[in-house]
Amino acid sequence: MDFQVVILAGGFSSTLFPLVSKEVPKALLPVANRPVLSYVLDLLESNNLKDLIVVVEGEDAALKVGGWISSACVDRLHVEVAAVAENVGTAGALRAIAHHLTAKDILIVSGDIVSDIPPGAVAATHRRHDAAVTAMLCAQPVSGPSESGGSGGKDKTKKPACEDIIGLDSWKQFLLYIAKGTEIKKDTRVKKSILCAAGKMELRSDLVDSHIYAFKRSVLQKVLDQKPAFRSLKQDVLPYLVRTQLSQRSDVFSDQSNVEENGNGNGKNNMQNNEVVLSQILSNASSPSFHQVYESGLDSRKTHKCCVYIADESKYFVRLNSIQAFMDVNRDVIGDANHLSGYSFSAHHNIVHPSAELGSKTTVGPHCMLGEGSQVGDKCSVKRSVIGRHCRIGSNVKIVNSVVMDHATIGDGCSIQGSVICSNAQLQERVTLRDCQVEAGYIVCVGGEHKGETFARK
Amino acid sequence: LQFILELRVLDSLVKSNLISEGGGGGMGAQKKGGGAKVSEDAEEQSRQRLQAILLADSFATKFRPVTLERPKVLLPIVNVPMIDYTLAWLEYAGIEEVFVFCCAHSVQVIEYLEKSEWYSHPNLVVRTIESHKSISAGDALRYMYEQQTETSQIQGDFVLVSGDTVSNMPLADLIQEHRERKKKDEKAIMTMVIKQSKSSSLTHQSRLGTDQLFIAVDPLTKQLLHYEEDKIDHPRGSICLDKSLLDSNPSVLVCNDMQDCYIDICSPEVLSLFEDNFDYQHLRRHFVKGVLVDDIMGYKIFTHEIHSSYAASIDNFRSYDTVSKDIIQRWTYPYVPDINFSGNRPLKLGRQGIYRASDAVQSRSADVGASTVIGYGTKIGDGDKILNSVIGNGCSIGSNVVIEGSYIWNNVTIEDGCEIRNAIVCDGVKIRAGAVLHPGVVLSFNVVVGRDFVVPAYSKVSLLQQPTTEDSDEELEYADSSSGTADHMSGLNLQMEPKASELGPDGAGYIWEVCEGAHDEEWKHSVAPIPKDKLSEFTQAIDDDDTDDESVIPASGELKSDADSINTDMNDPNDDYYYFEKEVEGTVLRAVEENIKVDLVTLEINGLRLSYNMESADCAGATFYSMMKLAVDTPHSSASELYKTATSIISKWKELLGFYVKKIDEQIEVIMKFEEMCQDSPKELGPLFTQILHLLYDKDVLQEDAILRWAEEKAGADEVDKVYLKQCETFIQWLKEASEEEDEDDEDEEEDD
Repeated sequence: MDFQVVILAGGFSSTLFPLVSKEVPKALLPVANRPVLSYVLDLLESNNLKDLIVVVEGEDAALKVGGWISSACVDRLHVEVAAVAENVGTAGALRAIAHHLTAKDILIVSGDIVSDIPPGAVAATHRRHDAAVTAMLCAQPVSGPSESGGSGGKDKTKKPACEDIIGLDSWKQFLLYIAKGTEIKKDTRVKKSILCAAGKMELRSDLVDSHIYAFKRSVLQKVLDQKPAFRSLKQDVLPYLVRTQLSQRSDVFSDQSNVEENGNGNGKNNMQNNEVVLSQILSNASSPSFHQVYESGLDSRKTHKCCVYIADESKYFVRLNSIQAFMDVNRDVIGDANHLSGYSFSAHHNIVHPSAELGSKTTVGPHCMLGEGSQVGDKCSVKRSVIGRHCRIGSNVKIVNSVVMDHATIGDGCSIQGSVICSNAQLQERVTLRDCQVEAGYIVCVGGEHKGETFARK
Repeated sequence: LQFILELRVLDSLVKSNLISEGGGGGMGAQKKGGGAKVSEDAEEQSRQRLQAILLADSFATKFRPVTLERPKVLLPIVNVPMIDYTLAWLEYAGIEEVFVFCCAHSVQVIEYLEKSEWYSHPNLVVRTIESHKSISAGDALRYMYEQQTETSQIQGDFVLVSGDTVSNMPLADLIQEHRERKKKDEKAIMTMVIKQSKSSSLTHQSRLGTDQLFIAVDPLTKQLLHYEEDKIDHPRGSICLDKSLLDSNPSVLVCNDMQDCYIDICSPEVLSLFEDNFDYQHLRRHFVKGVLVDDIMGYKIFTHEIHSSYAASIDNFRSYDTVSKDIIQRWTYPYVPDINFSGNRPLKLGRQGIYRASDAVQSRSADVGASTVIGYGTKIGDGDKILNSVIGNGCSIGSNVVIEGSYIWNNVTIEDGCEIRNAIVCDGVKIRAGAVLHPGVVLSFNVVVGRDFVVPAYSKVSLLQQPTTEDSDEELEYADSSSGTADHMSGLNLQMEPKASELGPDGAGYIWEVCEGAHDEEWKHSVAPIPKDKLSEFTQAIDDDDTDDESVIPASGELKSDADSINTDMNDPNDDYYYFEKEVEGTVLRAVEENIKVDLVTLEINGLRLSYNMESADCAGATFYSMMKLAVDTPHSSASELYKTATSIISKWKELLGFYVKKIDEQIEVIMKFEEMCQDSPKELGPLFTQILHLLYDKDVLQEDAILRWAEEKAGADEVDKVYLKQCETFIQWLKEASEEEDEDDEDEEEDD
């Protein structure tokens, strides 16, 4: 398969502060005690996509990510790690590594995805339609799919705002319109020309763009070259391609021969086009797409196709792009979507590493994970939480709906709910945390009661 | 385009086969089903007879000049009056009672119905309702509503159609569907019938010659969410869907390939809605839009798409042409010329879709081509060539005549050697030898075309003179025609005087002028195919559009790229303000010109403010801007003259401005606006900044607090922005001192003056 895969792994994302730090770039955030990047790599590997470029923002982060990759999967995958400057945006990152791209089509995957949607299917759809770009869409994740209250309780009141507004043709093959729901203030404007060409457009607000794209390399590089101001794939490049799909202008796509050779399938001139389409119709072949019909109606006009692959609703998909998402994904991977974790669960639906030590009268409930070498004192209760490796947890500790990363120390009598304790952090005795985040290495003093706070060194 | 046409033909052939094979059986089965239901809930059925309202008036003028003399519903389509198609279909679909609403030429309609079999039909009760006051469908329904309260005629759900509908769709199931939906949801008051029909990508016009239609429906419930008929003048641009629409529906289907059949199943609420909203005139433009927009009552309209059956409303000459062809090609089975469906004499169907009356006389040397209809008592002479045309009863056609794609009605005389292409020729017309009708010509009743006369393309010819007072509003236009019809009828003989000889020395008739606005309409809505040059024009236009597209991408909600946003960025939030400012400017200008009272202007600006959702400060800014602009636009030779004009305007309209500058913030807004203006025209207004600021202060438009606050805010700005601050430094200094020693205020002011 002549596909090159680019994984955009980001850098030290500020939205995930204080979870990410100098030591832990976004790509290495643990999800059920594995870096989130490993889920993406596994997913690609299972689809037999082994030729990967991981793009990381910032040299430091690249070193960290590269180090992890070489230790984790050097034998299985062919991975290149490329560092790009920080804050160049996704389009900027691709521009920076453009010289690495050689294959006919490029599959671009965001590095923070935890999902079981096969990217191979996107690639296949892309090839089948010979599209300029294929985007993968999936059903909008229900925010906080917590089965029984818990920390999700507070989210229930807020209805998920429609994130993306997506226009599809009647066969749900082509992407006709895309807009960000939050940017639309009053009304959605749909261009008539595309509507006229396609006849019908289904506007969906229940789908989200999943940040997995397949691009035709020639098209992608041309757009990146000619629109130096484009920073983001999702916000600039994709909408631009969608907008211009019926009217490729010669200056942007002057090098048509390239695209055509790749088989846009439409002959060299209009007359020929007409004949091709007509003969297709007469021979009762699959009906031509509106692109072809539109093209044949006009002189010297080229169109390109923007396709979509819509994932099955039963598939799991979350992007780790917020603290809430981090909590959700950790909970889901050891809960509802535990097939993703790659671990085998015990009869109690939890994973307790054999080397972990539990004190007397300590209970570890279902949908929990206890990492290697962690110690839990007496009379503790752990519910729906992930506890990393080599953590030391005192007695009478209650941990619910939380993530405790490696090497954290939790004193006696603490109560932790809906919080994230980063690695090497320390909670002294009788600390009560609710919906808090504790930065790596931070020490929370004795006996405090905190709600919704972020602990970090300034 | 060629291949699209071919496609259509291909398609239609396949379809017509399907219909003629399956049509009869399907209909029968459906009728049986209806019968079973009757016994099931006979109670309900007996309470609710199936009723229909048939509007025997289109409340439009698209068929002029023909409709000046005969109501549209009585115009023959393939030799049978339109209303017969509608009534036959309604009867067949199981409707038991039809109210024929007559307005224009009501006498003729009633007379026709009386003579026809419809009054004595066993299954269908036809009642006529006459009203001369109605000038729109809305009026008609209001009239029905008033009648209803008196005699309670409409008992339940009813079918609303106009008398120009040709259809063969079954209605019983649809009515049932509507009733069931209504039972579940009280608010579902209407179901409208739509049919797939792709409008041309070039002309943006449907096959029926109507404007392209954009509708949005919920794909699951089929609820109608948006309805927009696009004027062809704006083929590009975008359609706007309210955001709340998308918030409440996860999926919305926006269609461009649907055609509105103008067949509606309505609940009685529809009538009362018309009664409540006396400004609803047009069924679609006002009623449907009104219901969709109004979220207080929460009424809902649903759509029903038909697939295999036929439904079309004859709205203009182009749809007349299209529907005629569909009838000849048997899409409308069983309403086709070889079947007697309304007391018409059936014709005999020959090969190639040629229908011929048994007593038609045709010369052996005449060449009658495919898809042609020849009526009773018609004589066709030697060497004639007739193709794709309909010829009515009692016509006599001389020799060597060419008729192509035309509609010749009854008792028409065509002499030797005429050429007629894509024309409509009404009853009693005489076309003398050698005359030529170019495509798109319409000859109204009894017109005589002189010998060898060439009637130019798209001419509309009538014995009646064109009504001189053309009103741009269609509905109103009809008003005078309907009231004036009686006169026209009686005055017909007077008009027949031979002085009307615009059609050659031995002709009779006036060629109507094309009214200004309708210049485009003539080729769009004519029976003639759209000429090639127009099509290429469109192709060109689209090309241009698309090349522009990128740079002038509309200020849509689409994600904007950084590069593009440079020129579009301005639009998004400021767009509204820009238009608001323009409107305010217009208002103020008019106020100054016509010397309108301040109260009224305030009222108007407040209205604008509400509709654009603006702040009071915006109003202040915009009003001031308009006033200054007015001053600048007034011709002046020197700065002092400009200052004088500004002074007079400000002193005259300071009350208006005062209304919006009650708060300090608003006053600051005015100063900022002024500064902005000065920056835009540094030569003219720039030097006057201090003077005018002072003036505003004197006139109590601005308080010193506002000016001082503005100065404070500006103090930290860039040097470039401080030009005007510096200019009025002394003034501000003075203000500061003045506020400290208020007593000296007056003296100082005098000094300054």
